[in-house]
Amino acid sequence: MALALASATVTGCAKQDEGTRTLQFWTIGREGEAVEKLLPEFEREHPGLHVSVQQLPLTAAHQKLLTAYAGDSTPDITQLGNTWVPELVALDAIEPLDARVAASKVVDKNDYFPAIWSTNVIDGKLYGVPWYVDTRLLFYRKDLLARVGYDHPPRDWNEWQAMMAKLSQPPGKTFGVLLPTNEFEQLLALSLQQDDPLLRDDGRYGNFRSAGFKKALTFYVSLFKNRQAPMMTNVGVGNPWAAFGQGFYTFYLSGPWNIGEFRKRLPPEQQGDWATTPLPGPNGPGASNAGGSSLVIFRASKHKDDAWALIEFLSRPAIQERFYQILGDMPPRRSSWEAPALRGDDKAAAFREQLERVKPTPQVAEWERIVTEMQLVAAQAAHGDITIDDAAAEIDRRADRLLEKRRWMLDHGHKASP
Amino acid sequence: MNTSRAAWLFITPALIILGLFFLLPVIAALILSVTDYDLYALADIRNLRFVALQNYWQLLQRPLFWSALGHTVYFVVVGVPLSLFASLGAAMLLNSPLARFKPFFRTALFAPVVTTVVAVAVIWRYLFNTKYGLVNYALDSIGMPTVDWLGDPHWAMPTIILFAVWKNFGYNMIIFMAGLQAIPGDLYEAARIDGASAFAQFRHITLPMLKPTMLMVSILTVSGYFQLFAEPYVMTEGGPLQSTTSVLYLMYEEGFKWWNLGSASAVAFILFVIMFAVTATMLRLSRQGEKA
Repeated sequence: MALALASATVTGCAKQDEGTRTLQFWTIGREGEAVEKLLPEFEREHPGLHVSVQQLPLTAAHQKLLTAYAGDSTPDITQLGNTWVPELVALDAIEPLDARVAASKVVDKNDYFPAIWSTNVIDGKLYGVPWYVDTRLLFYRKDLLARVGYDHPPRDWNEWQAMMAKLSQPPGKTFGVLLPTNEFEQLLALSLQQDDPLLRDDGRYGNFRSAGFKKALTFYVSLFKNRQAPMMTNVGVGNPWAAFGQGFYTFYLSGPWNIGEFRKRLPPEQQGDWATTPLPGPNGPGASNAGGSSLVIFRASKHKDDAWALIEFLSRPAIQERFYQILGDMPPRRSSWEAPALRGDDKAAAFREQLERVKPTPQVAEWERIVTEMQLVAAQAAHGDITIDDAAAEIDRRADRLLEKRRWMLDHGHKASP
Repeated sequence: MNTSRAAWLFITPALIILGLFFLLPVIAALILSVTDYDLYALADIRNLRFVALQNYWQLLQRPLFWSALGHTVYFVVVGVPLSLFASLGAAMLLNSPLARFKPFFRTALFAPVVTTVVAVAVIWRYLFNTKYGLVNYALDSIGMPTVDWLGDPHWAMPTIILFAVWKNFGYNMIIFMAGLQAIPGDLYEAARIDGASAFAQFRHITLPMLKPTMLMVSILTVSGYFQLFAEPYVMTEGGPLQSTTSVLYLMYEEGFKWWNLGSASAVAFILFVIMFAVTATMLRLSRQGEKA
């Protein structure tokens, strides 16, 4: 019965869509719902073209993409976290876009934040166009900071640490900062602020024993040792928004989606008490990670021109403004930030400033596994189980093991990233 | 000679199917497990290397493998006796001459077995929700402290065990009921005449007569419980803090999340060896028990 019904709808569609082309578009997470609202306009502009959106949950997206590649059933175009680009490039699954960008009137490379753009460039070739950006910075309580005598957010690590020392009173009950020990993004942001790269020799080996990473790790671990950060996972914290409202911690190192969450979850009388500020670095303003999602076209697609038309449509500043209004995803282009909705938002302004100071993570297919291992070892160090030097050596050891295949590929003339 | 040829002819279809869909994949997996089949090999098969037993060796050095094995053993050691106890108890209650509405209860208790894990897991996740769950509501209303059932690393596994036992005990219950009905009634009659108590009847008649059933059921349950995967996959995704990551879940992550099919196959074979050893030991122990 269900089968009969399904085949009936399939034939029905086929009849109706005679002469039209269907573009398969995969999205990850909540973006799918938002983009559905923008697509009718695109379809009006392109008669005979239908976009079929499939929403993947974030937890299943990675394996679904790889399985689709293995099974020759990739879509035409997909949203892709920019740290996943190297993996799909290693598979030779996605299409270089340099020629299309060069000929495009809409996608203007110089309008994009350079570090965000560069996450899509591998060995000099461009594989994706940034769709929205994601970086980490500080959310903080202005009123609590004023109470300990500061009228401005921290400018560098020293000032930040002095603030946290004063804020963590009484010890063990109140904390300066929340750094969930099961999330790698916080330590990653601190280590991206250093001059030393995280991998060395063209991504052949880990570089976690470098002075820079050890400095970041020492700072990170000291926050736990001095009881300025609670030894908690995000599960243990439970409701970080309520805890922020109650003053359990003053600083929260987190991303853009929390602007919406805090606006929604904190009571109206507290809305004036919190703010965002760019991440302080070791000496002055610091860098953060260049995260976000890009749009990529698969090599196997039969509708590459149509897919590119969709990328151009979604890259228009006017469309990106509407995308921000629907979902709160921040645009990767400077001109999109000129929109009143973004320019007038005091909480978003810190992100705008931070985005000029972001750094991409190493572009190797193994990066996600490496950074996961980094955090597992760093959590042990924060717990006091191992010293900084031992932790750095252990992370290097694990990274080197994960990179073994990559070294072999590079040394034997196989292309690790074509 | 003729009959043996006929016999071969009869089993050939079964052999072909077994060979094609069981033996061949197993051999392929064995071959995979001595290679480093990964993302790069998926892109270009020339990137495949023969690594002998390195996958196995590296696996034995990984802390996550050992903790996954620990979680699996925890699940088996606690879950199997609990499951057997629940099945036998339910079977005996249903088998009692005093029981009413037997067909109804039989169906009701068997129902969880035939429902889909995913659908049921959704309900259970609501029941055990920290804030809105019925379980915490009940605990709270009688003044007990509430528990973060699926979010606390110490409580997640017990919750999974509870879920698995509830989901599976009906199957064993049916087998136990068949076993109980096969015990001749005159044995109990004779025992009653000799003045044996209900417990003595259970201890000296029911248990010994159920022994073959018990052995089969426990071997099936042990080998089933070692393959713990669907429950953590739908309830906790292996978390919190990897506290419900089982060996099979680790294999799934290695194979399908990171696409390291080489080491994923190695995980599968290690699990196979462990299960083989455990069930063989159970068989041997029960044979020794028979001799004694």
